[in-house]
Formats: sequence, C-alpha cells, structure tokens
Amino acid sequence: MMLDEHAAKDIFSKYGIPVPQSSMIEDAEDAKDCAMRLGKVVLKAQVASGGRGKAGGILTAATPQEAVQNARRILGMSIKGLRVKKLLVEEYVKPEKEMYLGITIDRKERCPIIIACSEGGMDIEEVARTSPENILRLHIDPLTGVHDYQARVISQFLDKGNTALADIIMKLYRVFTDNDCTLAEINPLALTARGVLALDAKMVIDDNALFRQKFTEEEEDTPSATARKNGMSYVALDGDIGCIVNGAGLAMAMLDMIKEYGGEAANFMDVRAGANEEQMKLAMHVVSSNTNVKAIVINIFGGITKCDEVARGIIDSGVKVPIVIRLTGTNEEKGHRMLEENGMILVSTSEEAAREAVALGHSHK
Amino acid sequence: MGILINKDTRLLVQGITGSVGSFQTEQMQDFGTNVVAGVTPGKGGSKLNGVPVFDSVADAVDAAKPDASVIFVPPRFAADAIYEACDSGIELIVCITEGIPVHDMMRVCAYIENSSSKLIGPNCPGITTPGESKIGIMPNPIHSPGNVGLVSRSGTLTYEIIDMLSKGGIGQSTSVGIGGDPVTGTSFIEVLELFEEDPKTHAVVMVGEIGGTAEQDAIDLIKQMSKPVIAYVVGVSAPPGKTMGHAGAIVSAGGGTALAKIRAFENAGVTVGRSPDDIVRILKNIL
Repeated sequence: MMLDEHAAKDIFSKYGIPVPQSSMIEDAEDAKDCAMRLGKVVLKAQVASGGRGKAGGILTAATPQEAVQNARRILGMSIKGLRVKKLLVEEYVKPEKEMYLGITIDRKERCPIIIACSEGGMDIEEVARTSPENILRLHIDPLTGVHDYQARVISQFLDKGNTALADIIMKLYRVFTDNDCTLAEINPLALTARGVLALDAKMVIDDNALFRQKFTEEEEDTPSATARKNGMSYVALDGDIGCIVNGAGLAMAMLDMIKEYGGEAANFMDVRAGANEEQMKLAMHVVSSNTNVKAIVINIFGGITKCDEVARGIIDSGVKVPIVIRLTGTNEEKGHRMLEENGMILVSTSEEAAREAVALGHSHK
Repeated sequence: MGILINKDTRLLVQGITGSVGSFQTEQMQDFGTNVVAGVTPGKGGSKLNGVPVFDSVADAVDAAKPDASVIFVPPRFAADAIYEACDSGIELIVCITEGIPVHDMMRVCAYIENSSSKLIGPNCPGITTPGESKIGIMPNPIHSPGNVGLVSRSGTLTYEIIDMLSKGGIGQSTSVGIGGDPVTGTSFIEVLELFEEDPKTHAVVMVGEIGGTAEQDAIDLIKQMSKPVIAYVVGVSAPPGKTMGHAGAIVSAGGGTALAKIRAFENAGVTVGRSPDDIVRILKNIL
C-alpha cells in the first residue's frame, strides 16, 4: 500500500525529519488563505502514484489568485486513473542543492539497502545508468540496523563535509522499519537556506504487515477493491477475454498463453485457495462487470478444491457470456457433469483452455 | 535419492492442530511421509492421526528426533515458529505460510544464515520426492518418480507443470517450491546446485515469475552445470506491478520483467519453454 505524500510527510515529521509547512485542501477556494499565509506555494496533487509532476499535477503559484486558479486545474484531474480529490498546498522553499535518499529491500541480499545520490530530482534511474559512480548503495544488516558510521559515510557522500545528514538517515531508517515499509524515499532531499528539508516523501507499506500497522485504505467501489476485500486479486487489462484462475503464477501463465494464441486478456484474476461456491459467484460478477468481456476462461487446478461447489457458483452467477472451463480436484465428475448440462465447454489442460477461449472471443465479436 | 528429503526424513509439523495443519498432515501421511511429531503450544500430550503433539519444538525434538519441520502457523506467528525450529537445531525448515511481513523475513534470513538450518519458503508449496516423502501441500496424485528435478517460485503453476510431466511420462526426482515472496530462505541457485550433485536428476525445470532478479542470478551457475536446465518464466503479459519507486528500479536495474528474464536466458543460451506443454515437448527431445 502506497501512502500519499501528505500522509508520508506527517510520519516524517513525527520522526523529526524536517518538511516544509503545508495545508491540505479539497476546495480550490481554500488555496487563497493558504497562499496568503505561506507566500509563494507549490500545489501538489495527492494521489498515491508516481509521475505526478509529468502529468501536470504539481504547479507553483506566486500569488493567492494564481494559487486558486492552479488549484482548480489540479483538483478534478486524473493521474494514472486516480481522480485527484485532495491537494497539498506547501510553502515554496528554494533548494540550493537537491539530493536523493531512499531505503528499500534488496531481494537478492535479503536485507534493506540504502541508496543515496548527490543529484536529486526526477531522473535518478537515468543517473544510475549513465553515471553509477554518483550513486551509493549500502546494505544494512536487518538484525542491527544502520550503524552511526554508515550514516556518516552516506552523509559525506551526499554532501562533502556535511555530517548533519547522518541524523536524517538514521531517522529515515527508523521510519522504514517501524512502519514495515518496502520503500521509504526522499526525492528530493534539499539543502535550503532553512537547512535540510524533505521536499517530497514516498512510503510504500508492506501489505502483509497491515495487521500490525494503523494505515487504512480509502474505501473504494472498484472491481479491484471488491476482489481484495474478498481475498482475491483482480487487475483490469485491455483485452476481451475474462480470466478466473487460482494461483498468481498460473493466472500469469494463462495471460501469456492467451497472448500466444493471438488473444488479449481482459483481466488478471487470482481467486487464491478459496475457490468455493460464493467466491466463484463473486469472481464471475467482478470479471463480467467489464463490458469488453466476450468470453470467460476459468482455470482451477486444485488438489482439495470441491469441483461441484465451483460448478454451482459458476452456474448460479447467471453470467451469459460463453465460458471455457478447466477444473480439477475432488468431486470432479459431478462438477463436470453440472457444467456440461449447462452448455459450458470443458477442457483438460491450460493450453486448450487458452486456445478455446481465444476462438470463442473471436466468434463473438 | 532426489534432494533435500527422502524416505528416511523424520518430519515435525508446527501448527499441526489447525485446520490446514491437520488436513495436510493426513495428506502427507497418505503420501508416505514419516510424520514423527507435531507442535501446537497448549495442546501438548494430545495426538493427531496417531502423531504425538508437543507444546514446544524442543520437547518434540527430545522425544521424536525430527530432522525436518513444516510450518502451518498464521503469518503473525510464523517468524517465531521459524526461530523456534532453528534454535532447536532442525536441519530443514519448510514454511508454507503465506502473508508473512517482509521485515520479519529479512531478520529471519539473517538469523538463519548463522545457523546450521536451511529454510525453504515462506509462501511455498513445499518439497516432494515421489515415492519417498512429501513435505507441504502439493496435491498427492500428480507426482510420479523419475529423473527430472523441478524448482519453482510458484504454487498452482508448479502443480500444473508436475501434472503435465507425469501425464507425459516424465517422472520427477524432486520438486521444490521455493516460494513467491520477495525474501525467501532459499534461492534458485542453492536448489540448482543440489540437483547438479544429485545422481538421480538428469535434467531440471526452473519456473520463474516477474519481480526481482533471482532468475538471472542463476544464469552463471546454469552455464556451468553438466545437466540441461529448461527455464519457464510467466508474466509476459502481466499488468505492471505496484510502483516500487526509483529505489526498486535501481536495485533490479530493469531486470524484473518477464521479458527481461526470458531475454537474459536466451542470450545466455539457456533453453526457454513457452508453456507447460512446451516444457514437456522439450524434455521428451532431450531425455
């Protein structure tokens, strides 16, 4: 789960990482008061997504009038499919030097890694490719955390002669571990006339740790949210063949096989281990809510899945588009008979399922 | 033969009295696994399907001398269960639990590294050596004994491939699910090394997914191996994952996509299967 900038900066503040003064608004008219209080301001769309700047979601304003105008432009726009409902109005602080500081997980080394770059701003990945010597990577032992000397080394690397940054590094590491982050990032970390400031903040929280963290996601009414609330995983795609599969790996393999046969999947859906009657019914409704869907392919490979229950869920969903099914598990014959009686196409392998579904999708265009 | 487990393996089940633990214990016993003890704190002294249950791993070790443990406890207690098995000197720990916080796993892996224990998983289906022993949750009927080793990050896709192999007349020496989480106890490399040493294994199928660079990290080893390795990577048409910020992109250096992995294998001369059927076709040609 990714926090929006405002939420991440709140946490930074609590840990003593300095951030600019700001106010959160939802009504463009409120930008006026903020600008009168803060002077020149930066207006920043609060959506949990990267690429806000490139999408026009970050604008500066020198006067209160301009602040209101720009607030109107940003509020209501969509960035990567997310509607902008909140705006952070922040005092503008001129950076004298911009740097990058991030902590994430190095999967290969199985430990946290701190990445620091003396040039901050937008294209840090480009810096990593073209001048890797400007990037410092430091692995941290998860059992001991960052040592003081390591923080001093990073501080010196970022800004020669500067030891004040070591304190920020220690604090960011505490943010990272206390909040179960998979990413804690400051870009840019700026040297200003007012000292060091985190001008932006990004935090991604490990979904597996939400049971012990206090973050709550905004209630959304999207197919993905409905699936997630019911222990399933759904992502809409651009094609016309709906997919319902148990297991993320097999679900990805289905998408690939559909493509091999010249089709395009309308979605990714992993129903996990819970393939029972109710889950299947819900999955059918979620997948068929996408009006592009011309055919649905269902692939449930279960050891202990009860096939008759799965079949019942598929039939009771009442979904009318053509369906191809591959279903294994206990009570297999009973489940197959039920599906056949209802005119559904049964196949015995994933590859056949993909091929049949693509053929069905083409014939119903 | 085969790797990691065989008919002599003495298994302890942590979380044996839970619904998953008890069901899977019976499944493993049906397969032929020698389940010698179970642990559920507070349930010591009882029995489950003939298996004595203890309050702690230390008690179970004293009484039943297990050399492997499988963990079915919920995510918030799973790291603790791994520490407990490790501190009792269990050599092989297989953690099935899905949903363990990654910070817990980083600490667990750092801790295990300084011990004599080996951890498989978490979030994995376990290990099966057909005809000898099964640890984990792979469905019993799909396996058949033979000479192909399988190592995979996936769950149901692993079953699918094992099933296709068996139906195609290709038996397995051992199938190992290393788990799909970002941080796992054992990587492709360690399992491939074991298969290279195993006289019963003649070829290896390696199943990868999007995310990280664990597949590419194994390429240097595959090139040195005397046995053929067939790679299969899913997720070519998968939706892009959640943004991991610039830091994530820098760590994986663009290698996290399925296409990047497939290209890396092809450039290194490693055979890449396009589908489970294709893997069977390739194996029939080389065996």
